Amino acid sequence: MFIGKVVGSVWATRKEERLKGFKFLIVQHYEVDGTPLRDHHICVDLVDAGVGDMVLVVRGSSARQTEKTKEKPVDAIIVGVVDRIDLEK
Amino acid sequence: MRIGKVIGSVHATRKVQSLTGYRLLILEVLGKGLKPTGEKLIAVDTIDAGPGDVVYFVEARDATLALKHELTPSDATIVGLVEDFE
Repeated sequence: MFIGKVVGSVWATRKEERLKGFKFLIVQHYEVDGTPLRDHHICVDLVDAGVGDMVLVVRGSSARQTEKTKEKPVDAIIVGVVDRIDLEK
Repeated sequence: MRIGKVIGSVHATRKVQSLTGYRLLILEVLGKGLKPTGEKLIAVDTIDAGPGDVVYFVEARDATLALKHELTPSDATIVGLVEDFE
């Protein structure tokens, strides 16, 4: 999993049938120490996140291991909203 | 599987139901000679690891096989504690 910040959303009326009902958010990658990275991902939101939230993202085929995304054409999902990060160093 | 060192944790109250009860730990990926590669990731803990522990973890779709319910979204799961390394 990686951490990222929600920086926007994507709307698409014309889309693959199985993607209907999903909310798509644009997530910018962050280092765990809070440094923003350049990479961005479009993720299916499963936790009702909003712009500005720090979130946890699962990628790849693991993103299809939920009741909602099972067997759907999805490769990145938001699985949690980050409350706190504890770093040892 | 790869090896990593636990360097922290992530707390998320609002999360996908199936992840409830699991701790999410921050790993620093270790390479040859247990040297940090610079890569960091967040993994689901199944062995009650703590800060400073060197652990091994499974990735990608296989990471869900290590969990109680396979329909749990994890792309990295800690499955063992490294006690000795040669």
